[in-house]
Amino acid sequence: MSVIAYIESNDNKIKKSSLEAAYYASETAKIMETEAIAVALGTHDASELANLGQLGITKVLHDSNPKFDTFDSGAITKAIASIASNSDVVVISYNQNGKAIAPRVSVRMKAGLIPGASALPSLEGGFNVSKNVFSGKAIAHYQVNTAKKIIALTPNTLQLIKGEGTATIESVSSGVSDADFTTVIKGIEKTSGTVSLTEAELVVSAGRGLKGPENWGMIEELAKDMGAATACSRAVSDVHWRPHHEHVGQTGFTVRPNLYIAVGISGAIQHLAGVNGSKKIVVINTDSEAPFFKAADYGVVGDAFVVVPKLIEAYKKFKANSY
Amino acid sequence: MKILVPISKVPDTTSKIAFTDGNTKFATDNVTFILNPTDEWYALVRALEIVEKDGGTVTVIHQGEADSEQFIRKALAVGAHDAVRIDAPATDGYNVALNIYEYAKDKGFDLIITGKETIDYNGFQIGGMIAELMNVPFVTLASSLEISGGKATVGRDIEGGKEIVEVPTPCVISAQKGMAEQRIPNMKGIMSARTKPLVVVPAVAESFTNVKVYDMPAPKTACKMIDPENMDELVNLLHVEAKVI
Repeated sequence: MSVIAYIESNDNKIKKSSLEAAYYASETAKIMETEAIAVALGTHDASELANLGQLGITKVLHDSNPKFDTFDSGAITKAIASIASNSDVVVISYNQNGKAIAPRVSVRMKAGLIPGASALPSLEGGFNVSKNVFSGKAIAHYQVNTAKKIIALTPNTLQLIKGEGTATIESVSSGVSDADFTTVIKGIEKTSGTVSLTEAELVVSAGRGLKGPENWGMIEELAKDMGAATACSRAVSDVHWRPHHEHVGQTGFTVRPNLYIAVGISGAIQHLAGVNGSKKIVVINTDSEAPFFKAADYGVVGDAFVVVPKLIEAYKKFKANSY
Repeated sequence: MKILVPISKVPDTTSKIAFTDGNTKFATDNVTFILNPTDEWYALVRALEIVEKDGGTVTVIHQGEADSEQFIRKALAVGAHDAVRIDAPATDGYNVALNIYEYAKDKGFDLIITGKETIDYNGFQIGGMIAELMNVPFVTLASSLEISGGKATVGRDIEGGKEIVEVPTPCVISAQKGMAEQRIPNMKGIMSARTKPLVVVPAVAESFTNVKVYDMPAPKTACKMIDPENMDELVNLLHVEAKVI
């Protein structure tokens, strides 16, 4: 009996989405009255792993084989399934890598998958987990009917609460052989060193209202000041004003930040589908009838070229006075 | 080159989402269904581009009842060579993946390309499940794909950038934006789609999960309008009231 959290690091720091998986696993373990254990593969910082104790993890099982540093969904799946073979529940963040791993682990362990959990499980009349469906327009309450369960956790679902504690680290071998690794990395392109869009807590996004790519300076400035990621609407990425990987919406990325600031975006339903999981939405638009205001928490009717510089100024003032 | 593209039918984005039978069933009345955009625009079109260049065939596969055939014919009109319909409603992601695997396992496909997710249940799960059932590599969220000499070179989004990876074929790829551009079927395509082969195969029933009940998210509170001259107030509200900065 135990609940497993799968942990990933980036540059020796545990990913925020993995911290969320660890916290979710320990809260689930409390509900199930069992223990929460983390599984880490490849290179990790030992003190980072030990600090998972602050999130309720008692033990970290670590296979330090450096081959795992190359992401290979098949090999990682085999390793997780082997290490977690005596566990009841495996929690994996549904980040970019998790979307490749969790469905595979589900099949390998014959364990039902919740592909994007939005809340902790409930044990009332079965093992139940809710998930947003129809692009956030409804919630489905799933029941998992297999003995083992895989929960793929939507990033930014839970607020982390840290306590005291240190996890013990145990070296394990996951029994994966070199032949299990079939992926070769040919190159990595880092995007302009800024905040990763799908993990960002704050997002500043802009659309056609900005009139041209040369006007994005103020958006980038606001984002930089706030420590936010930049995003854009489909219309803007389609005409190559901004790169595809900034496109948020139904056919682009789905984001769930704490704050989404939309500048000059009318709020087509396909765009809303990608952002309606945001906790708070600010809309800045010249058109007071823009549909986005219906989905917003705070609205500003005004010219972006006037409002955004004022907002940058106001934010700088707030920042200067906040400490 | 033999490529298989699983396709799904989904409610159009503008559809009103409602439920019946004590909120246990999706209400399909007055709902317009479409082919799932990432399946049609990215997976299917890239598959067609690959066989147009190197030769081969593209088969589309769909799980659903007979009323799904208009959507399968649309995929044939876009350019797929033949089609398979698994004759049962889908019960969960594993059920669909298992049925596709049961059909595909001995057909010698070099490549299976799925859309990254369906826009109804947003699961992102079928591709990975098929890959594990077939015990082949899987690359997800791919925005580019080249096939040559038994290898797939794939551009894949990672947090903060893009990774170019190489995996041997056969493999499964899930496609997203950047992979290809939508194709509108022309009259010749629509005419020829009527006579392209469409086989119907039986389904297995095994599944792992079920939806007990649906509900709606809490309604949004009204938008608070801020004077464009007073951005200090907005910043203050975001800090004090919304607590997001």
